[in-house]
Parts: sequence; C-alpha cells; structure tokens
Amino acid sequence: MKEALINSNYFGLILSIALFILSVRIKAKFRLAILNPLLISTLLCIAVLVVFKIPYDTYKESAGLLNYLLTPATVCLAIPMYKQLKLLKDNLLAVIAAITSGTICSIMSIFIMGKLFRLSSEHIATLLPKSITTAIGMGVSEEAGGIVTLTVAGIIITGILGNMIAESIFRIFHIDHPIARGLALGTSAHAVGTAKALELGEVEGAMSSLSICVAGILTVILVPIVNSTLV
Amino acid sequence: MKYVKEVVWIIAFTFIGEVLNKLLPLPVPAGVYGLILLLLALVTGILKLQDVESTGNFLLDTMTMMFVPAAVGIMSSVDVLLPVLLPYAVMIVISTIIVMVSTGLVASFILKHSKSQDEPANKEAAV
Repeated sequence: MKEALINSNYFGLILSIALFILSVRIKAKFRLAILNPLLISTLLCIAVLVVFKIPYDTYKESAGLLNYLLTPATVCLAIPMYKQLKLLKDNLLAVIAAITSGTICSIMSIFIMGKLFRLSSEHIATLLPKSITTAIGMGVSEEAGGIVTLTVAGIIITGILGNMIAESIFRIFHIDHPIARGLALGTSAHAVGTAKALELGEVEGAMSSLSICVAGILTVILVPIVNSTLV
Repeated sequence: MKYVKEVVWIIAFTFIGEVLNKLLPLPVPAGVYGLILLLLALVTGILKLQDVESTGNFLLDTMTMMFVPAAVGIMSSVDVLLPVLLPYAVMIVISTIIVMVSTGLVASFILKHSKSQDEPANKEAAV
C-alpha cells in the first residue's frame, strides 16, 4: 500500500501542493508572520517524510516538476520588469545605489560575524553568497572554496526568512515605497523574496526581479575580492 | 492554441538560456539569461506582452510553491549543517535583517530626495 502511494509519479507533487494550500489556510486564519506558508509547508513535508520513513529521493522524484518549473518562472520575471520598465529607468540611481549597498552589507556582515564566531575560512566562504539566487550562489561558493551543499541550504533558509520577516521589517523601519520594498526583498532574499514581492504588487515584483540579477552579478565580482584580501 | 503558443515561447527562452549557460564561461544561471533575452524581445517588439502574459502570470503566481521541494532538500544536508547550525542561524538572521533594512532605507532616502516626484506607482496597472 505504502509503496504504491509513494512510488506514484504524482506523490511528491500532490503532497507539496496540498501541504502548501493547507499552510496558506493556516496563515490566513492566524495571521502570524511566523506561519509563513513556505516555511510551514516545508516543515510539514519533512515531518511527513520522516514519520512515514520515506526517503527524500523518492519524494524528489515525483516532486521534481515544481523544481523544473523554477527556471521558466524565473524567465517570466521579465514580464513585470517589462511592464515597469519606465519606473526602473526613472529611478535608476536609487535602484543601483540600494542594491549595491545591500550587497556590500550582506558580504561584510557575514564576513565580520564569521570572524567573531571564529569560523573556518571555508565555513565563512560558504555563507558569503547567502543572499543571491541558488544557481549563481553555488558557483560563487565553489570558487571561494566553500561547501556547496551547505551554501544551498543557507541560501534557501535566507530566502524563507526574508519572505517571512519582510512585512514586519517594512512596518518597523517605515519602508513604505513599493520600489524600496521590492529592492529590499530581492537584494536580501533573492527569488524566494521576489515571490513575496510579487504578492505585494507588480512594482515590488519588478524591482525585486531586477535585484536578483544585479545583486547576483555584484556578488560574483565582490566575493573573490573580499575573499582574497580579507579571509 | 493560445496557451500552446505561450508555453512554446516561454520554453524556447528557457531552452536558449540553458544552452547559453552551458556554452558561455560566465556564472550566469539559465533563468537569468532567459529573463534578459525575454525582456529584450519584449522591448524590441519581437514579442508582444500578450504572447506570454497568461502563462507567465500563472508561473509567477505559483512561484512560491515551487520552492517547496528545494527547501525540503535541506533535510538531506542536515549532517553538514548541524555542526555550524547555531552560528549560521545567528549570522543568517542578523545579516538578512541588515541587508533588507539597508537596501530599503537607501532606496527610500534617494526616492524621497530625488527631484522627479513621480506619481506613486499604480498597483492596479493592468496592461
């Protein structure tokens, strides 16, 4: 019975989607930031796999479609960017300055805290690209001598955290402008943050999409410099 | 046929992105190549917005859910994560807050002081 269920080509897909919908309902009911749908559905999914002793690879095989769709979804981020192209051009200075300062803060804060915690240079390099999209971050980590599987975990945790805390942070620090919100989400929490930005609005989504590209490229340039001069 | 055409365009740009990612020696992911090329195609008018919009919006609307399998994958790197879990957790939380706040405040500051007082962006801007 169990074998028939978990070996279905749709097992991982239906489990992920059903738990995600459940998590969205939970969030709507209790309205707490900690009940972030992505976080809750991930934890529930892990709980199901652990309780029923289902190997991750079995789940991944049938949940892979979702992963597969991430690349075309990333391509489609061009749509909100195209619609907001004029706004992007008109605010180019704010856009570039904000993303650049965010990226520098990301790399320097990880570097300084890593030193304070007395982490090995390998463990510091692993986390330097934590705020950029996985596909770029893996390459940056490898180049800098980090542990790539750990980098992927760090990037995803960063994304979920950013997705989760964004609305509270915007309220506390009075970050009200949709342009500023989008840039903040994309620069700090890459594509997972951008998914939140798209929920907030189209301007937020466009700005966040652009941040993924610019912050990614800046990190590729800055990490080797920081790594060779400071670590 | 509307959706068939839209899907073909999106898959085509994704495909070209993948090929460029393999061919060019740059650390640019397939999705970002595809994004840039699709944006160029829209700007130059090679493609119209309605050629990709419905399917594109479907993909963007469901994007959050697409991260679930990758996030569940963290369970398979628990043994490498465990020894550094505490420092990493602290570093990720503090750094993410710093980045979000600094990016947001720098943007807010410049937007407030720039002369061109644009109309606040209209969220309902349906095209």
